Amino acid sequence: MEKPFAITLDPGSSLANHTGSWRTSRPVYLDRLPPCNKQCPAGEDIQGWLFHAESGDYESAWRHLTKDNPFPAIMGRVCYHTCEGACNRGQLDAPVGINSVEHFLGDEALKQGWKLTPPASESGKHVLVVGAGPSGMSAAYHLRRFGHSVTLYEAGPLLGGMMRFGIPKYRLPRDILEAEMQRVVDLGVTVKLNSKVDNILKTMEEGKFDAAFLAVGAHIGKRAMIPAGDAAKIIDAISLLRSMEGEDKPLLGRRVVVYGGGNTAIDVARTAKRMGAEPLIVYRRTRDKMPAHDFELEEALQEGIMVKWLSTIKQAHESSLTIEKMALDSKGFPQPTGEFETIEADSLVLALGQDVDLGLLEGVPGLKVTDGVVEVGPNMMTGYAGIFAGGDMVPAERNVTVGIGHGKQAARHIDGWLRGEQYLPPVQREVATFDKLNTWYYADAPKTVRPMLDIIRRQSTFDEVQGALDESNALFEARRCLSCGNCFECDNCYGVCPDNAVIKLGPGNRFQFNYDYCKGCGMCVAECPCGAIKMEAEEI
Amino acid sequence: MLKQTEGSHAVAEAVGLCRPEVICAYPISPQTHIVEGLGEMVKAGEIQDCEFINVESEFAAMSVAIGSSATGARTYTATASQGLLFMAEAVYNASGLGLPIVMTVANRAIGAPINIWNDHTDALSQRDSGWIQLFAETNQEALDLHIQAFKLAEEVSLPVMVCMDGFILTHAYERVDVPTQEQVDAFLPPYEPRQVLDPTDPVSIGAMVGPEAFSEVRYLAHAKQMQALELIPRLAEQFKAVFGRDSGGLTHSYLLDDAETVVVAMGSVLGTIKDTVDEMRAAGEKIGVLGITSYRPFPLDNVRAALQNAQRVVVLEKSLAVGIGGVLSTDVRMAMSGLQLHGHTVVAGLGGRAITRKSLRALFAKAVRGELGHLTFLDLDWNVVNKQLERERTTRRSGPAAESMLRDIGVIATGIV
Amino acid sequence: MSFQPVHFYQTGTFTVGNRLLAQEERSVQANMERTNSLNSGHRACQGCGEALGARYAIDAAMKAASGRLIAANATGCLEVFSTPYPETSWQIPWIHSLFGNTAAVATGIAAAIKVKRHKGQMGDVRVVAQGGDGGTTDIGFGCLSGMFERNDDVLYICYDNGGYMNTGVQRSSATPPAARTATTMPVGPEPGNAFGQGKFVPAIAMAHEIPYVATATVADLRDLEYKVTKAMGMRGARYIHILVPCPLGWGAASEDTIKLARLAKETGIFPVFEAEGGELTSSLKIRRQQPVEEYLKLQKRYAHLFGKTPAVATIARLQAAADKNIRKYGLLDQEAN
Repeated sequence: MEKPFAITLDPGSSLANHTGSWRTSRPVYLDRLPPCNKQCPAGEDIQGWLFHAESGDYESAWRHLTKDNPFPAIMGRVCYHTCEGACNRGQLDAPVGINSVEHFLGDEALKQGWKLTPPASESGKHVLVVGAGPSGMSAAYHLRRFGHSVTLYEAGPLLGGMMRFGIPKYRLPRDILEAEMQRVVDLGVTVKLNSKVDNILKTMEEGKFDAAFLAVGAHIGKRAMIPAGDAAKIIDAISLLRSMEGEDKPLLGRRVVVYGGGNTAIDVARTAKRMGAEPLIVYRRTRDKMPAHDFELEEALQEGIMVKWLSTIKQAHESSLTIEKMALDSKGFPQPTGEFETIEADSLVLALGQDVDLGLLEGVPGLKVTDGVVEVGPNMMTGYAGIFAGGDMVPAERNVTVGIGHGKQAARHIDGWLRGEQYLPPVQREVATFDKLNTWYYADAPKTVRPMLDIIRRQSTFDEVQGALDESNALFEARRCLSCGNCFECDNCYGVCPDNAVIKLGPGNRFQFNYDYCKGCGMCVAECPCGAIKMEAEEI
Repeated sequence: MLKQTEGSHAVAEAVGLCRPEVICAYPISPQTHIVEGLGEMVKAGEIQDCEFINVESEFAAMSVAIGSSATGARTYTATASQGLLFMAEAVYNASGLGLPIVMTVANRAIGAPINIWNDHTDALSQRDSGWIQLFAETNQEALDLHIQAFKLAEEVSLPVMVCMDGFILTHAYERVDVPTQEQVDAFLPPYEPRQVLDPTDPVSIGAMVGPEAFSEVRYLAHAKQMQALELIPRLAEQFKAVFGRDSGGLTHSYLLDDAETVVVAMGSVLGTIKDTVDEMRAAGEKIGVLGITSYRPFPLDNVRAALQNAQRVVVLEKSLAVGIGGVLSTDVRMAMSGLQLHGHTVVAGLGGRAITRKSLRALFAKAVRGELGHLTFLDLDWNVVNKQLERERTTRRSGPAAESMLRDIGVIATGIV
Repeated sequence: MSFQPVHFYQTGTFTVGNRLLAQEERSVQANMERTNSLNSGHRACQGCGEALGARYAIDAAMKAASGRLIAANATGCLEVFSTPYPETSWQIPWIHSLFGNTAAVATGIAAAIKVKRHKGQMGDVRVVAQGGDGGTTDIGFGCLSGMFERNDDVLYICYDNGGYMNTGVQRSSATPPAARTATTMPVGPEPGNAFGQGKFVPAIAMAHEIPYVATATVADLRDLEYKVTKAMGMRGARYIHILVPCPLGWGAASEDTIKLARLAKETGIFPVFEAEGGELTSSLKIRRQQPVEEYLKLQKRYAHLFGKTPAVATIARLQAAADKNIRKYGLLDQEAN
């Protein structure tokens, strides 16, 4: 068409005008660290696996999850999910039920029979793992993934360590535990049960191990110096919980007093309740000072367990205890008041913490032991080259998740050490804090709560208390994730740019700025729901 | 086919024969009968495939025309007087965008004071709008010019205004020869736009143009009118070949060969002038007439050629450039540049004032005698004017001039109004 | 039937895209192949709400019309920044005629299409007219009303930024009360724009009882696209009035354009609704109601309300106007009350 000069123009010809030259600052994409990931002691990429779960691709989600933690079904039950406390969604309505989705994924994997990914090739190195608890099993798993041969020594007759002996079955059914343990063993881990290592150096030498990871746990119950009559029945919590796994259930009597304020104390009390007893927890401080997780205490109280606050046990008799009342001083420490009372008790269970049996380390040079635990470096290696340690036997918070995290970290460092390299953890990214988000874009979606077992059955049976989400609930819950700090391809930047200066690269490939046209208005940053874009001053 | 019909209706029939596709209508006297006729023809199905749109103003009429023409539809509208002024912005826009719209202007005076009768002030106010402006002398020519106008507009991609004197032509019943559809189809091919809004070949029409290209755009508008200057006579010839009639062209000459005095004029008054000239010729006066058909583009060369042997020129025009005198005269005088002859401007027939042969004969005789001034207002009532001027000189609050003068004339006092 | 939000977590209906949605439920703007009817390289200010709104609306209209669309555009920012010689940003057939005649130009286009279609020379091409608030509510109002009254087959879209921004931020009949413009300066006893009677053209459009009237903002893309698509599915005169914040004229940060549009809706200052045949059929509910201050204080055009002695009475009048909108258009979810 012969077009009139100047008045009539060819379509889209403004592409010749590069408005990017107007810009004084430019948007750039970045990946921030989501608070949940930052918080996870096991180092899970929580947001990463939720992403797959959101589209219903549970197997991918599970595979993504198990890159860091091979025990989602266990985690989904016993992890204290501090990630949820860190979850930004908590400031919006309620945190994402990360733990419940993990629970679902773990169960789904067991139901579907998904197997862990075996190593692509064998390294020829041989690593000794001592202890089949969460830390040792986690290390065994990760070391296998690196292609190293793993031989695992366990003093006891079964795998699981504290996951078995420290956690009652109403919280973690044993078939679940065994299935997830077996799945690791199936990767080619040589397991030696009932094989206590007494001398680590000797065992390593005999087995020609290239490195060792020790995770023997803390199994020796602490005994308080309580004057007790001969007839008084006193048992430590770990022994009690361990005996629950055997054929002969302990005889505790009707009135069971549990002394302590940690999670173990609660576990013991709830176990006793299920055995028909009337447990009473005696704790020297107040509820808000109690180290046990509040939800556990709450569940215990629901089940009819009583707690006697601000009390210490002074003396144990055959069927009673002498209690001294305490008062908190200005610093919050309990101080004796000199006021006494007597309570009836058929047995006393001490849940005052555990010590580590460090016997196997005797004679190992260069070790440093402080407060009954072995010091390790940032690479989880003890003072003796080639011997690494983790879990409850090193200075750290003692729980399953921390132990699993230790196992993973240690495995990475062992792998590096075996290659003569140093494993360098990725640089910590800046955290996607709540203020980086534009939460308008998230639909209102209150948390889905997992079903709870009815109270009568909780009081009388060892059936699992907390049920699982069904598929639709798990999907819903996964989709509540805000994807803090990481692009989830919501297309907002692509849509809101008045200059079409965002190029959409297609599913899975995210976006790219076209700086030829980007004027630097910053709308993409302001309207990014998850804080995955930031403005940077243009160098002029 | 010969028929006795009203000028407006003849035009409506001609437009209908041109197969218009969109017609916009807004009523204003004396143009109304044209669109009324067209509306009826469209509604009755006599004109097929045509949208007749009753718009809410002349501004909208021209705007609808712009839209439809830019979309490739043969588009027609009609207006007059105040209506033309109300659409003025769109009038300039249509030509600026090069859209071949055809519009009839039933020439009428412009207020205030409001006046519905004929003169040329409305059309001439748009002389620089970029439109081609053709003036019809008779109803037959008005009819013929519309057929030529569509062809001309579409050839040069410019809008064309066909001007015909309000009431004098629009409302006059005369015998006209209405061509057949076959004849019109033979002359006027379907509209083939130079630019069109088309989803299969998108363009942006109506860009903002700055100093870097604006002069060039305006020059090109001028160049297109210069092309029209060459095209108009050719179309008149083609028209004659098909329809067998002399119609259109740039100018009409009458008894010019030996004329010492030449009267220049536009529109229907040419008929009265020719009658007067005939009388004077009979009395031995060497007088002739030059009728301007194409006012824009203005045929400078033709006018100059027509005048070069004359001794004096009387431009009789139905328009007044307040503050200087003539409008048409300015252009005629430009054509006379360098010629040694006397030029006279006569403003006549404003607001429908009758131009009589008697007055014309006296006027021309005066010109021949060399007694005519440069600027003459034909048949002006000096009594009324002088009274009003006196009133304004002596009284601060002299009141509205028009109403005062009507009182002087006695119209109000006698209860006519 | 109002716009049905997709309750799709994590983002529901509020983001532009959503990888979890079925293809057919995704927004036009999320599409990699979207028309980009208004292309890059235009000269709109940083963060221009009108540039955004125009692409949102026209891309949606293009999709609804299967790419067979012609647009008429009034003089104004949109026209000036998109088509300065020698470049145009439009990728569709587009015409600019004048400031005040866009509705009529569109009528002409529609008429031509009707004839051409009847003659078999053209397919079903649709017509959109668009202009700013000046070109719509003021100078172009006569033509707009005429187009409505005749029920011409045109979708008219007004991009309302509350003033004559192209000419340097002067007052239009869509300028809100108390707002500073170059012709309503914040001086004298009644600083900023006077509290007049208002001229809310969507309501006037409803009075014409045309088939469809809707309002929208650039903050709610899915709602906007839904309305444009719905309008394109209908024949006759249709009117969509889109609030498009203007960083320049409002004295706001360029990144706050969408935020301001959102606040205008969430405060009730700008009611978002739709009407058919002159009757209100649905309104987009306020999700997180905010006091008008939250909207006002982000804009320098209201800075005089928040000086050393805040103009409490003026703010209260603006709040009352928002509250009236909330009542009149049912902007709060009744179930929540």
